[in-house]
Order: sequence, then structure tokens, then C-alpha cells
Amino acid sequence: MAIVKGRGFASVNYPTGMNLGGDPTQALIHCTTLGDFVITLSSVDLGQGIKTVGAQIGAETLGVPVESVRLDLGDTDTGPHCMGTFASRLTHRAGNAIIMAAKEARQTMLEVAAEELEVNATDLETDGRGSIQVVGAPSRSISVMDVALAAHFKHGKTISGRGIYMKPKSEPVPETGEMDPDSAQAHACTVADVEVDTETGEVRVVRLISAYEIGRAINPNMARQQIIGGAWMGISHTLFETTAPYYPSQEHAPGDFNEYLMPALGELTEVDGAILQRPSSTGPFGAKGLGEMTANPPIGAIANAIFNATGVRIDHLPITPERVLRGIEALAANPDRAPSIPQKSDAGISDGLIARPVNNF
Amino acid sequence: MNNRLEKLLPVQDVRLDGDVDQKGLREVGTSTPRRDAISHVTGRTVYFEDGTFPGMLHLKMVRSTHHHARILGIDFSEAEKTPGFVRVITHRDVPSNYYTILRLIGIEPNDEPVLADDRVVYWGEPIAAILAESPQAAAIAASRVKVEFEPLDAVFDVEEALKPGAPIVTRQGFNYFRYEGHHCRRVRFGDVDQGFASADLIIERRWDTSPIEHAPMETTGCIAKPDGDGRFTVYTNTQALYFSLDNTALILGIPAGRLHFVGGTVGGGFGGKVDVIVEPIATLGAMLTSRPVKFVYTREEEMRISSTRAAERFYIKDGVMRDGRIVARQITLYVDAGAYSRHSPYGTTKAAAHMPGPYTIPNVWVDAHCVYTNRQPSSAMRGFGVTLGDFAIESQMDVIAHELRIDPLRLRLINAYRDGDMKAHRKRVEGAALVEVIQKAAELVEQRLDPDLAAMSSASR
Repeated sequence: MAIVKGRGFASVNYPTGMNLGGDPTQALIHCTTLGDFVITLSSVDLGQGIKTVGAQIGAETLGVPVESVRLDLGDTDTGPHCMGTFASRLTHRAGNAIIMAAKEARQTMLEVAAEELEVNATDLETDGRGSIQVVGAPSRSISVMDVALAAHFKHGKTISGRGIYMKPKSEPVPETGEMDPDSAQAHACTVADVEVDTETGEVRVVRLISAYEIGRAINPNMARQQIIGGAWMGISHTLFETTAPYYPSQEHAPGDFNEYLMPALGELTEVDGAILQRPSSTGPFGAKGLGEMTANPPIGAIANAIFNATGVRIDHLPITPERVLRGIEALAANPDRAPSIPQKSDAGISDGLIARPVNNF
Repeated sequence: MNNRLEKLLPVQDVRLDGDVDQKGLREVGTSTPRRDAISHVTGRTVYFEDGTFPGMLHLKMVRSTHHHARILGIDFSEAEKTPGFVRVITHRDVPSNYYTILRLIGIEPNDEPVLADDRVVYWGEPIAAILAESPQAAAIAASRVKVEFEPLDAVFDVEEALKPGAPIVTRQGFNYFRYEGHHCRRVRFGDVDQGFASADLIIERRWDTSPIEHAPMETTGCIAKPDGDGRFTVYTNTQALYFSLDNTALILGIPAGRLHFVGGTVGGGFGGKVDVIVEPIATLGAMLTSRPVKFVYTREEEMRISSTRAAERFYIKDGVMRDGRIVARQITLYVDAGAYSRHSPYGTTKAAAHMPGPYTIPNVWVDAHCVYTNRQPSSAMRGFGVTLGDFAIESQMDVIAHELRIDPLRLRLINAYRDGDMKAHRKRVEGAALVEVIQKAAELVEQRLDPDLAAMSSASR
């Protein structure tokens, strides 16, 4: 048995928002009698965290503490339209809609405060801790709660706002594919270090070190969690998962988690790196979509690390121990030939040679 | 809890020429605790399946046991004798049986039946829905339905499916999605033939992937409940409430105002809950019986019936110079949509838009085929149209680096797209940071870059 080590790289970009746009999301916001704010969306939270980052974006724009902002999600009778939670779009789309709605609500909030303090609204600022004060004279202040009570019961005003964000739909030109597919591109480069057991064909991912550029991390810990979770999924896609182990054959399709292989706790790896911020011109506070992309760069990086370790180029996901072993055997049998697992190729393009001089082509 | 997390992946600003900084942020950029973390880990979060209603019925599908077959007849007589059996729903009960989810954004044709009528085109395709008083009764009754099939030849390979004489999966008579008159989504930029002619080396490879299951902890499902006022409330774990609501209204032929969809908390989606599969038939069951109807996938249905990530096949031909510049890239992509469109025509266009990866290549040619086969349909999944392309492109980049004996990071950096470059789909690059993430990754693993690479910036050329 021999354990061989290798390192591989992958660098990727990922588009924010539904491809080609035309995917609006709306937000409504209103203030309660005691100065809390409720942001209503018909969006859903499937773990990506809109309940949290939506509150942060709303609080930042309103100028109030995040604890006083909550999200009301997932009801088509109360929530305005949202295209859905997919395509790394919700922080971007709902975030921008929340900013628009919160600006409107903030304006009314400041107008009511101005009447209470007998000053001009333009002379007021929020302190972010629950008070509104005169610029340059913080002692002249009123709490958001008192403003809300006054709005409700004295002025008969609603502190509320409406927001929508939509990137207009782009229609691809059929002949050329000219199109505007995205609102921003996030970026990542992952370095994978692996160990391959040349007797069993098993691959152990020793660590995944990545630099992600995501515009702005609205919530750094949740961005980290996305990257750590995505790394696990990337390992899983690269080395374990498929519903068709002998694709395109339909035989041996798994029906449960005993048969459908995924990495267990013992197959987790060290994940670290850095998060870079180059704010996007379209994103809420510059944020780009991070949600989906975190599974992507680990795949190429691990595949390339396996080549670096063994000289075996696996061209078919998932890279199972069987494929690694067959590749090692093929390489041993014919070391001059490029390592490749034999595949059916009806199109006749790939003959196993990985490079040919132009004049021989 | 977060102390360990705080130490990982530090956040750092990239400020390139002309970038404007936004100062004084108070809430944005802080690691506020996740709002639902405690309720999730203590088991207090409420999911759709926690709801239960008096008189609720359970729905079980009768499914195809063939990959491709004509349906000659169905015999429900034994099923109807099952204690607890309430009724059966067939395609005749569905007001508008054929649909495609993305008709809401103008995708045609309506290719998928809610319930099969005269034939089935994948193993597991729904044929009839059994409603019963308990999940057990529904399962027993469904197992007693006798469907007479006439098996037909099936095709599973994307390239086989495009050959003349291949078994035809669709009702259109051809096994591909038609993009504005073309048999594939095309990207044409520059002149690849000229690029190949001027190249020092041609590198060609094929890359394959296999279908993948979303594997959410919570399987796909819903409960549809008559409200008593002519409306129906549907508790669902869809990722897109309005996709589900609007399609349900169109399938049932009722005003959308009669539907009230409630969700918002999803036990894992990954794209698997963007298909509109359970809500229309459950709501129809509630309409036909005036009782709440629950339809939730078993784990086996989730694995073997629900959409997968598509398998994709790439042929990539690159013209490269000895110094590593890629001067032409030609990509032929086959996306295995399985039996029906679902989101695959959209994902294939997204895949074409993603090519040739984050690199500036003067000559690019892409043919991205969305192909139908007799397979469990594929659809959206995390990284839709991009994840597998990244595997192919980044593996190809490694092949090029190896063949040219060039440092793989140098290869990527000299080809990296930068602000102002024109992409193959003719959108100008802005906000690029590929150079910076590669430089940072190299720094993190203490891999020294040559001075010319270390000095590069996405903001300039």
C-alpha cells in the first residue's frame, strides 16, 4: 500500500441572480406600535439565512438595531411576490427590495420625529441604537418607540414602505448567444490537498483552502458556514454521489441513504481561507450571491489534486475508488499513454490522447 | 458557539482603482446570530408536515414500472376494495393535464402530464393518484392497481438520443429542446477555426458527470386543505411559493385567488423543491373530496423519482499558445434533461452563458444541447448549469498546464478575465476579482507567484 499526496487548484466565477434576469422580488415593511419593524416577503428560508441577513439589511437602512427588525416569510396572502429562493438571488434581490422599502419607511419615521422635536426632518439622524437625534445636538432626541407611538395614535400615520428589485429580462440573440445573464459575478479559488491510497483507490481530502470574493459579507459567520457546508458538498459531488452509479445505465439506482453514498463525519476536512470584498455596483451594500457556488471550486481542485498525486486523470464524476484504481492500472499498463479511464465515445472526438501538435491534427 | 468560526476565513477588503468604499456600516458586516439556529437544533421549528387536520387523506402515486411504455389499460377494481380507499385520480380528472413549470417565463411547449395518459417515458412516472384514509391504506391500494403496459424501446444516452432512429421521448417528435429555431443554445464569438489555425497546440478532452440527488433532510411534500370558503390553503416546502401557486392554478383551471400557499421554512432544498410536482395533484385531491390531502415523498421517491442534477457531457477543444494563452475554445455540451423539460432548457442556457469560464478567450464557440432521454427528469440543482461546467473547465485547465509544463496558477492568471474585457456572450466584464482570489489562494498556501503574476490586477491590463 502506498499513500501518495497531491495538490490541485480550481478558480471559478458564479453569477448572481436568475439567468437572464426578469426575476423580481418585492418587500413590504411596516412599523409596529412600539417601534419594531416587520419585513414581509413571500420568500422562503431553506437554511441560507434570509431571516437573518434580511433583518440586518433592513436595520442598516432604517438606522435601528437589528433586534427590532424581524421577517415574516412564506405566505402568499400577506407577502408580496417573490420569484423564489434559488439562483443565488435572494440576498441580492430581496436585499435590494428591503433597502427600497426601508428607505421609504425611514423617511416617514424621520418626518414624524421632526414634528415631535419641532425641527426639520433633514436635520435628523438615527443613532442605530433606537433613537433619532438632531445632527450635532444629540441631546435633542426621541426614541423610535415614541416616534412609532406618536405616528400611530397622534398623527394617524403609517410608518411603512414598499420595495421591489428587478433586473429587466435579457433575451439571448439566437445566432450569437449575445445576452446579459447576471447581476454580478462572485469569484473563488480553491486549493485542495489530497492523499490517495493506491491500493484501495480511496481519496482523502486533507484540506480545502479557498479565497472567495463575494462583494460584501453581510453576515461573515453565515458566509463562512456557506463555504464550509459547500466544501462538504463539493467533496461529496467529487468522490461519492450519484443516483446512477453506472450512468448512463439505470441499474443499481440507490433508494435510501444506505445505498446513496455521501461523506460522513470521518470524511470531513479542514476548510479555511479568506473572504474578499470587492463590492458589486448592483448588490445590497455591494453583496454578491454566495449560496450556490461554494460547492463548485472544490470539485475541480480535488480532481486536479488526484492527478497531481497519481498521474491519473479521471474524466468522469464521481471519482470513485473503482475509477481511481482502474486509472492506476491503465497507467501502469501503458505509461506512455495519457492516463484515462476507457469511456464509450460515439462522437469519436476523444481518443485518449490529451494533446496533439496542430500539424498532426 | 461562534468563537471557532470567527477565526476561520477572515474578511478582507479588495479596493482596486476607482472602487468606492462604504463606511460606517453598523449592522451589515456583523455576525448576528442566525435567527432560526436555536429552534432548528432544539427541534422546535415548525415544518409543513407538523400540520395535521381532521379528516386528512393521504395520497400515494401509482407509478410506471417501465422506462418507456404504452399504457393499454388500468384496473382499479382490487385497489378499490382496500379498507380505507377513498378514490382514485387519473389524467381525466386533471383540468389542464399538460404543463411545464417555466411557462410562467414563456418557455414552451407544455410537455409534462400531471398524470400519464396513454404512455410513460420514465421509470416511476405518475399514472394515477390513490387517496385513502391512512398512508398504509394508500400504499396498499396503490400496490393493487394493475396497469397493462406495452414496453417500448428506451434511450438513456444523450448522444444516442440524438441519432436518427432513436426512440422518441417527447411528443414533439425529436429529443432536444429547440432554442428559437436552433437545436441547441449557441454562443459564437470571434472565429474558432482561425484561432485553432493560429494555435501552437490543440488540446481536446471529453468530460462526463453522473446524476446527483439533492438529498434534503426533509422530503418534498405538501398538505392541501379546503378552507370552506371556496379557497384552498396549501402548506408546502416549495422553494418558490409563486411558481407553485401559479402553476397549480393553471393546471386546475381556477383563479389564482382561490389558492393560498403557506411555507417559508424548508428542510433543505438545493434546487430540488423548485419543481412543481406535489401541490397541483394534492390540491386537486382536496377539491375532489372536500377533505385535506397530504402528499409527501418517501425517501425512495425522493431518490429515484424526484428530479436529479443532470448528467452532463462536455467535449472541449482548445487552441493554446506555448506561453499558455488560450486563443480558441470550442465546447459541445449535452445536458441530460431526462424525460421532461422542467428547468433544464433554462439551465442549459445558463450553462452556455457561463462558458468559457472566467477566462478571456478571443474565439469561443459553444453548442449546448438540452437532450431528452427515458430517465427520471433532471432539473435545477445548486449551481445549476455551472457546477459541472466548472469541473470540466477546471480539469481542462489542468490538462493544458500539464501539457505545456506551466504552473497551473500562471495559466489561470494570464487567461483570467479582467474589468473591461468582453465576454463570449458580449457583456463587458465589471467587478472582476478572479486575479485577486488566485493571488490570495496562492498566498494562503505559501505558493510564491512570479513578480509579473503578483503584480496583476483585475482593474487593469
